[in-house]
Amino acid sequence: MSGFLGVIRRELRLALSGGGEVLTLVLFFIIVGAIVPFAVGPDRDLLARIAPGIIWIAAFLAMLLGLDRLFRPDRDDGTLALYRLADMSMVSVVAAKVIAHWLTAALPLILASPFLAMILAMDGPSFWRTLVSLLLGTPALAAFGGFGAAVTVAIRRGGLLAPILIAPLCVPVLIFGVGAISPLGGPDQASSAMLFLAALSLMALALTPFAAALAIDWGEE
Amino acid sequence: MMQRQARHGINLHTRDLACGRGETVLVRDLSLSVPPGGALLLRGANGVGKSTLLLTLAGLLRPMAGTCAFGGADPDGGPFRHYCGHKNAVRSRLSVLETLRFWVAINGSGGLTPEAALERTGLGRATGLDAGYLSAGQQRRLVLARLLVSPRAVWLLDEPSAALDADGQALLTELLAEHLDTGGLAIIATHDEITLPRSATLELGTRP
Repeated sequence: MSGFLGVIRRELRLALSGGGEVLTLVLFFIIVGAIVPFAVGPDRDLLARIAPGIIWIAAFLAMLLGLDRLFRPDRDDGTLALYRLADMSMVSVVAAKVIAHWLTAALPLILASPFLAMILAMDGPSFWRTLVSLLLGTPALAAFGGFGAAVTVAIRRGGLLAPILIAPLCVPVLIFGVGAISPLGGPDQASSAMLFLAALSLMALALTPFAAALAIDWGEE
Repeated sequence: MMQRQARHGINLHTRDLACGRGETVLVRDLSLSVPPGGALLLRGANGVGKSTLLLTLAGLLRPMAGTCAFGGADPDGGPFRHYCGHKNAVRSRLSVLETLRFWVAINGSGGLTPEAALERTGLGRATGLDAGYLSAGQQRRLVLARLLVSPRAVWLLDEPSAALDADGQALLTELLAEHLDTGGLAIIATHDEITLPRSATLELGTRP
């Protein structure tokens, strides 16, 4: 357990102390969201209607941006070899890293989302639903991201490969994430989309550490 | 002096071990045994396979043929091998003490406290320093401190004396001698002279 917390503590320290990586992600998130109105034109109604989708796409892209720092620096400096001989399983290392990834790459975006909602002229109720759906859905994105980063860590230029690999996995998260905000078929569907989103997150969090640990062990040999 | 609970009695036996990288076989038909408390110095020209052999013994690479077995290891006792490669696993933005504490967290405690280990390896005055600012030799000393905070029976060291000054070399010899005295086992790839009790030398063959 101390190892688990130790990994999380180290990841947080590395992400938060200097460098401004978290701030870069947040700015990217806001800029992606803010640039869409310029592309689709100044139609308030249209913007308000597609705002949930924009926020989800922006969050998805911003989280992809942070993927490459998940395992690659550790592989380059030899920490990954250390993890493999550590007194904790690779599965718990990956789980700790996914949690830290969510804390440093998803939580800041969620905190910044009111700002984006304001830019996109969202109304109050759908903003709150957006917040809840992001809270429920981003853990799945973090878990899939961890899996993609683990699969590509042994590939020299795999940094761009991970987003391509995991994008199909993330499609259901986006569908249910947006479905939970802007229900096309009434409020019942919104709550069931919420439940699906939560189920996706739980499943991804529970299963991907095992797959990712396996991928790392195989990739290193 | 040290409250070290080294698991005594781990020995190493390999039979017809072959190891290499990718498709290239670097070491073949290696049969050796190292008794508890013994040290094995690996020597040989660059590229002859010393590091690959160490990685294989560490379990980080799969042997291409043959077996390598550590006898007497407690199956429930957790990992018993320390591996120190060329890469120091030291990251800037973490202080020296934080780095060592992180290693204790993932490798387990039971040896010296991080502060005492840093004092022992001559980094006592650098504890608060960003580990990225350490010189190459100081980083090696930090790696040596990692060996002290989590006692493990088998040390696999890849050129541990590289970048160390004369003081550091003496320290390394001293730490190794203490480790061997408590029944530990050490396998060291090196180009330098390291004089140890009960040590054997394996000269890895030249490449064809």
